Amino acid sequence: MKFLCVDCDRVMEYVERRLPGDGTMAVVYACPACDRETALLTNPMETRLVSGLGIEVGGRTVPPEPLELVRSSLEGFESGSQPAPPAVEDSDTLRPGQVRWSGPASERLLAVPSFVRGMVKRIYGEYAAERGISEITPEIMDRARIDLGLEGM
Amino acid sequence: MNGPREGGRPIRTYHEVADPRAESVAEQVADQGRRLRARLASIDRVVAVGSGKGGVGKSATSANVAAALAASGRSVGALDADLDGPSLARMLGARGGLARGVDGIEPAAGVAGVKVVSMDLLAREDSPVRWRGPQGHGSLWQSVIETGALRELISDVAWGHLDVLVLDLPPGTEKLARLIDLVGRPDVVLLVTTPSEAARGVVARSASLLGEAGVERVGLVANMGSWTCPHCGVTEPLFGADGARQLARDADLEVWAEIPFDARVSADTDDGLPIVLGAPDRPAARAFAALAERVARS
Repeated sequence: MKFLCVDCDRVMEYVERRLPGDGTMAVVYACPACDRETALLTNPMETRLVSGLGIEVGGRTVPPEPLELVRSSLEGFESGSQPAPPAVEDSDTLRPGQVRWSGPASERLLAVPSFVRGMVKRIYGEYAAERGISEITPEIMDRARIDLGLEGM
Repeated sequence: MNGPREGGRPIRTYHEVADPRAESVAEQVADQGRRLRARLASIDRVVAVGSGKGGVGKSATSANVAAALAASGRSVGALDADLDGPSLARMLGARGGLARGVDGIEPAAGVAGVKVVSMDLLAREDSPVRWRGPQGHGSLWQSVIETGALRELISDVAWGHLDVLVLDLPPGTEKLARLIDLVGRPDVVLLVTTPSEAARGVVARSASLLGEAGVERVGLVANMGSWTCPHCGVTEPLFGADGARQLARDADLEVWAEIPFDARVSADTDDGLPIVLGAPDRPAARAFAALAERVARS
């Protein structure tokens, strides 16, 4: 799927994705020449179809995880059946300002559809960094959801 | 350049517009295919077990063939591709969840060392398999999810080297077509059926599809075609004396096994011990064992 600014004959560039939390998705594109913006709005069925392909629109921002589609799609997925993955960053190798993800937080992140997981991870990461939080835990994620109004993430 | 719209300007077509972000989607799909092929490369033989209709003993056949092959010393994996009605893990005595290892998800250990992966090892016990998604449009997106899930259950599992991977498919001719789309031609396909008149059309359709797809080794498994009285030892056909042979002739297939009805088949598999291991001397067990040997040698 490509977006073309007809007036400028230029490919429009990806700006951002938004998940209102009702199963729909909004993806904003802008023309690099005239700055005109347009939004792709998908209904819940279309959003699910994209998710079901196991792809990330705009390119992958995190590597694929084992069974990520099953994890994010199966109701009642028994996350306890698998050990929590290792934290996203090893504390020994953290750089200044970098935020660590705990195992349970990483596990929860895996339940986010892959095609928006990178964006969701970045939002939580920025939230933690701005507040001097060194490790993201499920409790921090819950607090961020309230503070930032991230319903559906 | 596409021709000008009526009263408007020309608009470039999809292939005339370069956009790396859009092309990355195709690359991601290609990468999925590469990971799937890499995993399949360590599997010597893929055996698909299918049936046109449900309730004919397909999963029991899968479980017994897998168990018999493993008991003979072969490295065997069993994947329950019946995502919505999984039962293979229970039949093969595999319990608990699936652990995550270095190379992917580690399969559960079943009887005789069969490596088992099934949805019922991932979902909460006694909860039906349900996919998250919008209500009312399931038929439109569920097949996409199910195909993607099957892809992950093959490519994301650390099967290691396998002599044989047994794929227990859901009932339905179209499921065979979907599997071939995903993994290519299986080395062997077992079509399980009861030798009844009602099964004739379904078996013929499946055979036709497999022929068109170029699958060379297709065996008909005529299940529950006869019954032997435990008291007097007399064997009686349940669907007519020549039901299996007639079915095979009509579908231009070869009968690879005729499995007599035995109540212990279901009882043993329900207990997690396929009859080939639990009661190997019974006629049904011997028939399953002979079928497994034929699968291995074909």
